[in-house]
Amino acid sequence: MSQGVLVISELSDRVFRKVTFEAMSEGRRIADHMKGNLATVVIGSGIETVANELKKYGADKIILVDDPTLSEYMTDSYTNVLADIITKEKPDVLILGASAQGKDLSARLSARLNAPLAMDGVAIRVDNESLIVTRPLYGGKILADVRLEGKPQIIAIRPNSMSITECENAGLMKSWDPVVGKTDLRFIEKQVETGKVELTEADVVVSGGRGMGSNNFSILEELAGLLKGAVGASRSAVDEGWRPHSDQVGQTGKVVSPGLYFACGISGAIQHLAGMSTSKIIVAINKDPDAPIFSKADYGIVGDLFELVPLISEEIRKIKQ
Amino acid sequence: MEIVVLLKQVPATESYIGIADDGVSIKTDDIKWVINPYDEYAVEEALRIKEAHGGTVTILSVGPQKATETIRTALAMGADQGILVNDPTIATRDGLSIARILAAVLKSIPFDLIIAGQRAIDDDNFLVGTAVAELLGIPNISLIIKEDIADGKIKCHRTIEGGTVVIESPLPALITTQRGLNEPRYASLPGIMKAKKKPLDVKTIMDIELDRAQETASVTRIVALKLPSERKGGRIIQGDSARAKAAELVRLLREEAKVL
Repeated sequence: MSQGVLVISELSDRVFRKVTFEAMSEGRRIADHMKGNLATVVIGSGIETVANELKKYGADKIILVDDPTLSEYMTDSYTNVLADIITKEKPDVLILGASAQGKDLSARLSARLNAPLAMDGVAIRVDNESLIVTRPLYGGKILADVRLEGKPQIIAIRPNSMSITECENAGLMKSWDPVVGKTDLRFIEKQVETGKVELTEADVVVSGGRGMGSNNFSILEELAGLLKGAVGASRSAVDEGWRPHSDQVGQTGKVVSPGLYFACGISGAIQHLAGMSTSKIIVAINKDPDAPIFSKADYGIVGDLFELVPLISEEIRKIKQ
Repeated sequence: MEIVVLLKQVPATESYIGIADDGVSIKTDDIKWVINPYDEYAVEEALRIKEAHGGTVTILSVGPQKATETIRTALAMGADQGILVNDPTIATRDGLSIARILAAVLKSIPFDLIIAGQRAIDDDNFLVGTAVAELLGIPNISLIIKEDIADGKIKCHRTIEGGTVVIESPLPALITTQRGLNEPRYASLPGIMKAKKKPLDVKTIMDIELDRAQETASVTRIVALKLPSERKGGRIIQGDSARAKAAELVRLLREEAKVL
């Protein structure tokens, strides 16, 4: 019998990242397809209560690794602990989110276990015993179907690209004694802006480009705030110093696929389009009727964004009441 | 301080990418090849560390013969020497396989610090740098925007969702770059002239000892390339006033697109 699927869940200050639920839902689907089990590892410190949440997503087994030394993600300690679990549990498939943590961890595990890895997968299908994973290349200008040959097949899934399905299951919780082993890295401090919606996980992204003309993005922040979304920026806005690098959407920045994307004062250079064209609905607001962005947008308004964006916020406020 | 930069030659970001007749590779005829932008930050950071602490900067790349052009560019920026593992079949290798080649070369040369781009903007793998560190048994810190070296240790600011983490590692270590780390310098004319005389060792893939069993045990193989479904331009919203246009947009987002 197949050993099934193992999902590595991810916590940020004892709260699961949304991509973990996406990974669980996808893991359940693949496990059913392969007639195997779905297990998940929850790793951190003081996390027993929150771990129970994963029962909602159909885990047959929750492996709880609760240890004060694992309160923060450190490449070496997490790789050691997880490689030990994987070696003993022998999953056929390993799924995790392609977050900053997941990208680092999956690459290290792939090399440690000599196991094939598909990074930033956006779709998975089962083809006989092996998986075919669709992943974007060239910042999304092209999609590749890759076959993973070897064990375990590791897939880091791109946030926001797979749906969440709840599936109640009386999964059992099992405490695991972590083998932390030799570590070199030392955690010093962490600074995270609280309450800020992460760009790659946001359902709504409101981005500004050269047309913003300055670092005053307050009208975009207001619109994003109303929709519990995040503010992004084009490369030119970042190069001008109007927004931090971490806000950049595009081939050399972040790739986003929200349900709704607003491009405000963004002409639509190929590098920017690569970073947002998988958004479900795109709205473009630009003064120039010939801006390339309009050819990719579901809805376009030709006009002054400084006049239009506050009016859009006002209209949204009306329907939200 | 012996610093090695891992470098990849990639299509410039303004390139249109088309699928070749074999269905699993891209058309390369009209592509302009450049240093991977994240590797450019790596070269710049290596030069700054050398300027502060002394030492040598070695550029290491795997790729076809023409990758020597990008290595020369890095040498013109100020790096001291280059090594290319000439492998015409690089496009068919997966990230782990490239990492094994790089690690094999690194085992034969001295290094205190390895700097790599967080990812190459062609295959967007986010894999090679981190995997090289694992294969060499050294620590890595990825996605860094700041580093300080003192007393045989490197302290890095690593970017995570919504913030940064400060982590310290003993050397030797491998770090990967994030946008915001620095502004890469341009190669100066004297730099370009000097680069022509700097040592560039071209090895062939046959010079590298790779473990066949390991190579075949793990493969991530491209079976098909496809273009993303073309987005059709939608409608331009008309209206007598900005207010009317805004109201119509919100109505459509709610009633037609159902995203509000």
